[in-house]
Amino acid sequence: MTIHLSIMLWLPAAAGALALFLPARLARWTWLLGTLLVLAYSVVLLFDYDRAAGGLQFVTDELWIPSLGIHYALAISGLNLVLLATTALAFTVAAAWYLWDDSVERPGLFALLMGLAQTAVMGAFMAQDLALFVVFFDLMLVPFYFLVVIWGGPERREAVLKLFIYTLVGSLLMLVGAIVTGVLAADGGAPSFLLSDLADFPLASGTQAWVFLAFALAFLIKMPLFPFQGWMPDGYRQMPIGVLAVFTAILSKVAAYGFLQVAIPLFPDAAVRFQETLMILAVASIIYGSAMAFTVTNARLILGYSSLAQLGFIVLGIFALDTRGADGALLQMVTHALVTVPLILIVALLARRAKGSEDIRDMGGLAFRAPAFAAVFLVLTLALLAMPGSANFVGEFMILLGVFETKMALAIIASIGVAMAAVYALRLYITTMLNRQGPDTDSKEMTAREALVIVPVMLVLIALSLVPQFALRPAQDGTRESLAAAREVLANDGSVAESRVEARR
Amino acid sequence: MSALAAAVPAAPTFDWAALSPLLALLGGAVVVLMVGLAGSEFIRSMVVPWLAMVSFAIAIGCLAWQWNTTSLLIEGALIMDPLTAALGLLVCATGLVASLLAWRDRAAREFAHGEFFALLLTVAAGMFVLISARNLVVTFVGLELLSLPLYILCASRIRREHSLEAGLKYLIVGSVGSATLLYGFALVYGATGETGYREIAASLSASGLVSDPLLLAGLALAVVGFAFKASLAPFHQWTPDVYEGSPTPITAFMSVATKAAAFAALIRFFDVAVPSAIDFWRPAWIAIAVISIVVGNVGAIGQRSMKRMLAYSSIAQAGYLLIGFVVYTDLGIEAVVYYLFVYALANLAAFAVVIARERETSLGDSIDALRGLGARSPALGAAMTFAMLSLAGIPATAGFVGKFTLLESAADGYAWLAVVLVLGSVVSLAYYLPVVSAIWLDEAEGAEPGRDSASGVPALAGGSPEADAEPPTDGAGEAAFVAVVFGVAIIFFGIVTGPLYDLADAVARGLGLG
Repeated sequence: MTIHLSIMLWLPAAAGALALFLPARLARWTWLLGTLLVLAYSVVLLFDYDRAAGGLQFVTDELWIPSLGIHYALAISGLNLVLLATTALAFTVAAAWYLWDDSVERPGLFALLMGLAQTAVMGAFMAQDLALFVVFFDLMLVPFYFLVVIWGGPERREAVLKLFIYTLVGSLLMLVGAIVTGVLAADGGAPSFLLSDLADFPLASGTQAWVFLAFALAFLIKMPLFPFQGWMPDGYRQMPIGVLAVFTAILSKVAAYGFLQVAIPLFPDAAVRFQETLMILAVASIIYGSAMAFTVTNARLILGYSSLAQLGFIVLGIFALDTRGADGALLQMVTHALVTVPLILIVALLARRAKGSEDIRDMGGLAFRAPAFAAVFLVLTLALLAMPGSANFVGEFMILLGVFETKMALAIIASIGVAMAAVYALRLYITTMLNRQGPDTDSKEMTAREALVIVPVMLVLIALSLVPQFALRPAQDGTRESLAAAREVLANDGSVAESRVEARR
Repeated sequence: MSALAAAVPAAPTFDWAALSPLLALLGGAVVVLMVGLAGSEFIRSMVVPWLAMVSFAIAIGCLAWQWNTTSLLIEGALIMDPLTAALGLLVCATGLVASLLAWRDRAAREFAHGEFFALLLTVAAGMFVLISARNLVVTFVGLELLSLPLYILCASRIRREHSLEAGLKYLIVGSVGSATLLYGFALVYGATGETGYREIAASLSASGLVSDPLLLAGLALAVVGFAFKASLAPFHQWTPDVYEGSPTPITAFMSVATKAAAFAALIRFFDVAVPSAIDFWRPAWIAIAVISIVVGNVGAIGQRSMKRMLAYSSIAQAGYLLIGFVVYTDLGIEAVVYYLFVYALANLAAFAVVIARERETSLGDSIDALRGLGARSPALGAAMTFAMLSLAGIPATAGFVGKFTLLESAADGYAWLAVVLVLGSVVSLAYYLPVVSAIWLDEAEGAEPGRDSASGVPALAGGSPEADAEPPTDGAGEAAFVAVVFGVAIIFFGIVTGPLYDLADAVARGLGLG
């Protein structure tokens, strides 16, 4: 029992609440300081986590709502260790970005909402209780709603309603699924939502099927994956850019993490049953996302559709139900987040140099007088297209390796996506930075402030490319554990749940 | 001598202590009415409302004093148990808040303070009787004691056409509901020969006459009557008009307290008196629950008037509450009681903001009055936001925990009803979120008196814009105070769930459905 995780979890919200009552300048610094402290905390955890022992560490477990059996249970595991550090880094970058962005009025409120968002995201990562996970997962959306409503683009009204309703359909069905899981697993006794308790009592496979689908729907909408991306284009266009960076990089990962942490270990029968469906959706996303990414001209949407494709890879890796695929997926979650955050901010940099337009047709030749900017952008572009040598390549390679073992045909189709990624990523880079200089553009070098926000993330990404094992090793334990039940089902070619339910009676 | 003694029926024994909350309310009504006759304007407009509030406070104090008592009152006509205590507390607290909100309201001034507050106290007394009744006749008496003064209060804005229309409409529809219920009760009495709830249950289990047509007809009529009173679809048509036309403090009071009292009566009648006929009444209530969720949520979409929107929302919320009732378990009762409290928090916060805006602007209860509120007065904006999010069931608000409890009660066996509930919640975002967007997204519009009256009052509803456009008045301060208190409470009870759970748990155990 430690208090470390609670401190780390609530620190961003507390810093935000403090910022609310401070004058503008001070509010921005308070927010940044809060995120930096969390980042420091997460770095300490990275080194303090006993990798040899694995499992759940730094466990906090209190009964929160006794009559409903909901625990306030947090822990660090191999699965969430690196993701938490990534989250902390992404939010720190966002806070640093807004340090010098004066377009944001009422920065105190902004900081509070971003702080709440960070708390909710980290809560979802840390939660070891199904109900708590659902609470944080749903809560995540609320601050983003206000961030878009107050600071979003001109057409935010419809965009935000669409975003909220789309994602809540999934989330609330997931809530029902979670409650049914808890109540049925208790079998008439006092319910408990602790993941460790629930994993011991799998549901009958019929119930598993629809509960799993409820969870899957919530996760797929949140990512989003084809065909649930309806809210994405409008939502992406209207979001403030720093908010979008965090949203794309981190929230989609919470959903992917949800599969590994909750859906697959708790509903192994259903996971095996719907394995092919999800893999086909994933491959469809890869193709659709890549195709859209080289047709649309809005730079944000290019990155949006690219992340649709990347999430396709991640889901594909997870549902290969093979530890290598899942390890690759987890690494890909981290590297994709690390590449998305700076790239989205680069969209803002591009817009600053193209009279505010985010349309790549209005850009061109921006590298002319900006060699450093061009270099940074190029490194990130190459990481996005998973150039061999980058950590992204390692992730994609492992995913495809895992899929080749299980579903050869799908792996072949998916590898087309790797080639397509090169096409859209290079198109983005070439049309904006090279080509003939656009009429209304102004090729300026990166300012020191811009560099200070973007370059550190790039360095982390490069470091991770050199030693991907640093992120992979703790993940391996975690994925093995989370896939164990599903692999057992695969091995027995059928249901384990029934036999376990029988054994319990 | 002894023959004489035997001839005089023994006077019923009174447990005065357990009866004290009811006496406080009735006594308060008498005192307020008398003081209201005073000639001094100061006494009428200042002392009378505060006397009413004191009466409610005394009633709350008496309830707290009798908190752990379980006793039959007046020969078993009423019962003081945790259900009475909990929902009586809800009614009295709501009455206290409504009195504070009505203190400087136009309705109280136009109608005369004495009568207004005396009627309000009488309504609360009627609710208390209804909640604690364990007898067909007393239930009906309580129902009428609450309904008749409420009809008058709805019409108490006597210079406003809308208000009179609301009162009249409520009177007519309410009377139909009462008559239906009374007919149903009469048939139940005819079938069982008993009026006491426990006696009816005993008689049914002894005779095994559960499928007796007389009883079933009686139950069918009782279901309809209760549905009228609790404004459940398809018996809800009066609700939006009455909510909109009534003075807003009264709307706030009836949206919360009437619902609590009606659900208490529902629980007592169906769970205590006729549980053996559950196979008959459960499908009926399930159908009504589903219809209410659909009708309420669909009807609320696109409403410009906050009061109409909250009226439809209350129909949907009553549908959610019914789910906890139909599952017929301890957890279900716990969920109903818990949800009634969180619903009260959210509704009172929302209505308090509406009242504050009615008094500050000339836009009435239109959603336009809320535009830009977040920038101009963040505290009010936040209170309304929390209220809307709580009603929608977003985490970190009390409403989420309430919904979670309802879902958990339905999870085993009625999972499809849980799905209906969450789908209803998703639809509800289509009308709760525009309110939040209006508060935080839209620029504030200048609120010159009279300018926006045309948009503030829907002309179709028969309003004459000239008569209904009202200049700002004072009294926004206490409304803002109430809004902020309840806004904070919504978040507090969303995180600290213990106190309300203990209360709901005590109620459920007190009833002991098993």
